[in-house]
Amino acid sequence: MKRFLPLLALALAVAYVATPFFRGKPRSEFDLEGFGKLPVLVNGRLKPMDTVARTSLLMFQGRQNITTPSGERLHPTAWLLDVLFRAELADRYQHFEVVHPDVLALFQIKEEDGAGKKRFSYAQLSPRLAELDRQAQLAAQTEAQLRNPFQKAVVDLREHLVLYNRLKQSLIPPDSKDVLADYQAWVQGIDAGVAAVRAREQKQPFDEAAANAILSSGQKFEFMANMGYLLTVAPPASAADANAWKPVGAVLLETIQTRQLHPTAMAYAGLAVSWRMGQPEQFNTIVKLYRATLEPRYTERLVKSDFETRFNTAAPFYHATVLYVIVFLLAVFSWLLFPQALGRSALYLMALAWLLTTAGIATRMWLEGRPPVTNLYSSALFVGWGTVGLCVILEVLYRNALGSAAGGVVGFCTLIIAHYLSLSGDTLEMMRAVLDSNFWLATHVVIVTIGYSATYLAGFLGLIYVFRGLFTRSLDARTADTLNRMVYGIICFATLFSFAGTVLGGIWADQSWGRFWGWDPKENGALIIVLWNALILHARWGGLVRTRGLMALAIFGNIVTSWSWFGTNMLGIGLHSYGFMDAAFYALLGFALTQLTAIGLANLPQRFWRSRAALAGAR
Amino acid sequence: MSDLRRSFLDFFVSLKLTIALLALSIILVFWATLAQVRLGVWGVQEEFFRTFFVLGRLPGTDIPVPIFPGGYFLGGLLLINLLAAHTQRFRFTWRKSGIFLTHAGLILLLIGELLAGLLQQDFQMRLDEGQTKDYSESFRSNELVIVDASNPEWDDVVAVPEALLARQKELQHPRLPFRVVPRAYYPNANLTMKDPAKPAGATAAPALASRDIGERVDVTPLPITYRDNERNLPSAFVELIGPEGSLGTWLVSTMMVQPQSFDYAGKTWRLQMRFAREQKPFALTLLDFSHDRYAGTEIPKNFSSRVRIQAEDGSEDREVLIYMNNPLRYQGLTFYQAGFDNNDRTTVFQVVRNPSWVLPYVACTLMTLGLLIQFSIHLVGFVRRRSAGGTATPSATAA
Repeated sequence: MKRFLPLLALALAVAYVATPFFRGKPRSEFDLEGFGKLPVLVNGRLKPMDTVARTSLLMFQGRQNITTPSGERLHPTAWLLDVLFRAELADRYQHFEVVHPDVLALFQIKEEDGAGKKRFSYAQLSPRLAELDRQAQLAAQTEAQLRNPFQKAVVDLREHLVLYNRLKQSLIPPDSKDVLADYQAWVQGIDAGVAAVRAREQKQPFDEAAANAILSSGQKFEFMANMGYLLTVAPPASAADANAWKPVGAVLLETIQTRQLHPTAMAYAGLAVSWRMGQPEQFNTIVKLYRATLEPRYTERLVKSDFETRFNTAAPFYHATVLYVIVFLLAVFSWLLFPQALGRSALYLMALAWLLTTAGIATRMWLEGRPPVTNLYSSALFVGWGTVGLCVILEVLYRNALGSAAGGVVGFCTLIIAHYLSLSGDTLEMMRAVLDSNFWLATHVVIVTIGYSATYLAGFLGLIYVFRGLFTRSLDARTADTLNRMVYGIICFATLFSFAGTVLGGIWADQSWGRFWGWDPKENGALIIVLWNALILHARWGGLVRTRGLMALAIFGNIVTSWSWFGTNMLGIGLHSYGFMDAAFYALLGFALTQLTAIGLANLPQRFWRSRAALAGAR
Repeated sequence: MSDLRRSFLDFFVSLKLTIALLALSIILVFWATLAQVRLGVWGVQEEFFRTFFVLGRLPGTDIPVPIFPGGYFLGGLLLINLLAAHTQRFRFTWRKSGIFLTHAGLILLLIGELLAGLLQQDFQMRLDEGQTKDYSESFRSNELVIVDASNPEWDDVVAVPEALLARQKELQHPRLPFRVVPRAYYPNANLTMKDPAKPAGATAAPALASRDIGERVDVTPLPITYRDNERNLPSAFVELIGPEGSLGTWLVSTMMVQPQSFDYAGKTWRLQMRFAREQKPFALTLLDFSHDRYAGTEIPKNFSSRVRIQAEDGSEDREVLIYMNNPLRYQGLTFYQAGFDNNDRTTVFQVVRNPSWVLPYVACTLMTLGLLIQFSIHLVGFVRRRSAGGTATPSATAA
């Protein structure tokens, strides 16, 4: 039995990872998958509706699950369809997270009114929107980094509500009862309307009803053109810029010149009607026909868009997060019982989770056409990937579950950090001009990030040493010695990569800014990592520290790396401050405190160490 | 005596000193990073790195006291430490060749950074579309210029650096028929028009001007700013004294865009305080600036400036495109796209001269090679030991 345990665990994990593919298409007569794959241009990137639905939900409420007031669970795409086409329903969905008590008070609502005591509907919030606007304006006068939690909550919530309203204005006029009839009336009334408005301008008798009709519709469409969040209308084949997509509102206004409704506006109006009336056949046919019109020009984009939808469904990073927890538990238990079977299971699962994140990162690279690290979110993924990769190597070499335990913890933590970073919107962002250089992103950023990974790994191995030695009897002399050599080797690796990465950064700076080194916060952060690793190596070579001292120094490396990775972004200065973040400061401070505590523990006298007997033989 | 010499040497050779210096450097760099919020990147370089000591003030006074070793101090000691260790302690072996290379690279890197600090010059060049300039301007230093404008063909310019004004030193120059006597100098000040209805505030500087616009302006001194996006705008009162007595006192300030003119000794003179200029033997003309954004967003996709370079001697006349990550390198200067202004009609270039630019490349190549060699030696040793027999011998003093 014990011999087959690792394989069994692996089989179960593979089945778990593959479930999204077996679960198949969303259960609906409507072709939600087909609609979810339709491409739209948002924030400069052509992406599937499915991504828009998921990132919007994540921004509004920090999760992708959504349940209607009647208790029906919605697929994110179905939710988006309701927002786009049935605003009166979507307004009652509780998908805005509000937790700050003062913000609740501002809306005169109570926790109990919300789903899960924290999620509220647009209808619940709308009576007090004017007050929210006023508060948000007051908060906007304070610099983003200096806002207090209430001000932040107010500004965030207002942004979410604005985004929600912009979504509603994207495809059809949200208050229109019968879209197709309204459009028809609009087209037919243009001639008379234009004539009436002209006559009025020339102070001649005019048809007041016709003038009012065209003006009121025109205003509505103009509002859609300005507010619409989704750019859904592809530029004509003759257009020079294939990225010049427009909102539906803009092409509705153009009808005044063309006297013809744009086919894309018609397609979405048709989808709106069939979604409202519950006519799946009609809906599915329109999706198919509309997609066919994009097919010849955007073949490659559609392939990417389809793949991105599947990638969203597969949620590789989510599954890897769960696997890393299991890896860590298996590894820790393997020190207490069944070392062979549990240790091997942990290794297999870690390798699986690592492959999963590899596939996820590779997919993102292909979708973006970029090297792996382009923003803070992707750096979190990559730091985790690099560390776990090293852990797999260590584990294959040593087979003592130390690599698995460290890999489980770091893999889990980095993916959780990535999850929180993803709450601010789509993580596949367009690159700002300063950073738009694939060559340097691929070399400098990747290598420096591997340097971060290795420094973290050394630190976590140090933590394992301290906790096993202090709180369990399982740290024997041989394990301690192995850990010593592992940490030493990893620090050598970390020094090499962080140094080479920093140097490449200097060369990038010299090539594009004319100076090798500018003492910019991010540069300083990288320099501190190099200096710290050099210090550890010299301390060890000089015999100033032995195993425990090495571990304590390595743990401090965690603080140093976290500072360079996140802390420098919190200063909000310098050429590198692209990864803007305003909170998370306390998280960083808290982390630093835990690490300092661990260093303190590492320095406790031998008699407090439960493993002291086993360690007696070691230095 | 030789004991003293021995212990003196031991101090500079010791690995403990290396570690102490590394630790102090880490603290210095970290502290300097935090201080950037207050001082900006330039202020930090001056006060933390390009100095022997970080200075603090005695509480309640303006007396500077060293409170922490600065960049020159730590870098210098590290250099001595390295050189001493290599001459006294290290014996070259192939096993240590990597360390030798790394340390040689580090020595070069430290020297390179020292030279960069001493030799590197930074300027800025702002160009409106269609504008031509044959000079760049300093970010931080200013100058008082006195121009003999009597010849329509050319100007005869005497430039007085700000530092001389600050020291309030009297100046006499063979080209000038008068002496220049600075009466007051304010490193950063605001100018406001005098309002007869409202007397100048208590913070205003004493009004000394007796000529031209200075008589109608109040000067309010401001604290010196170190922010990256602000600059100090100095003002000064300058008296010009000829052989037959004072010509009067002028107020000069970088806030005044137009120079002030006066006639003396049969010539027309212009007086102006302006950002210090560096004349170039060539001129740049901005033909077009473009700022592309990603569709439907405000995210900048690219900034680019199409400029024409014309050398004074006519040897060069061509168009170049300067854009992000693609600067113009010309005559030892690097022009890179640093910013834009004025509704995308003005481009701002940073202009850098760094004659020691090649040193970091050599240094870093040496160091990277050295680390690679050293760690490869470790790795090979590790693999050998593993393949020799499961339990590797513990290595307390690897390297």
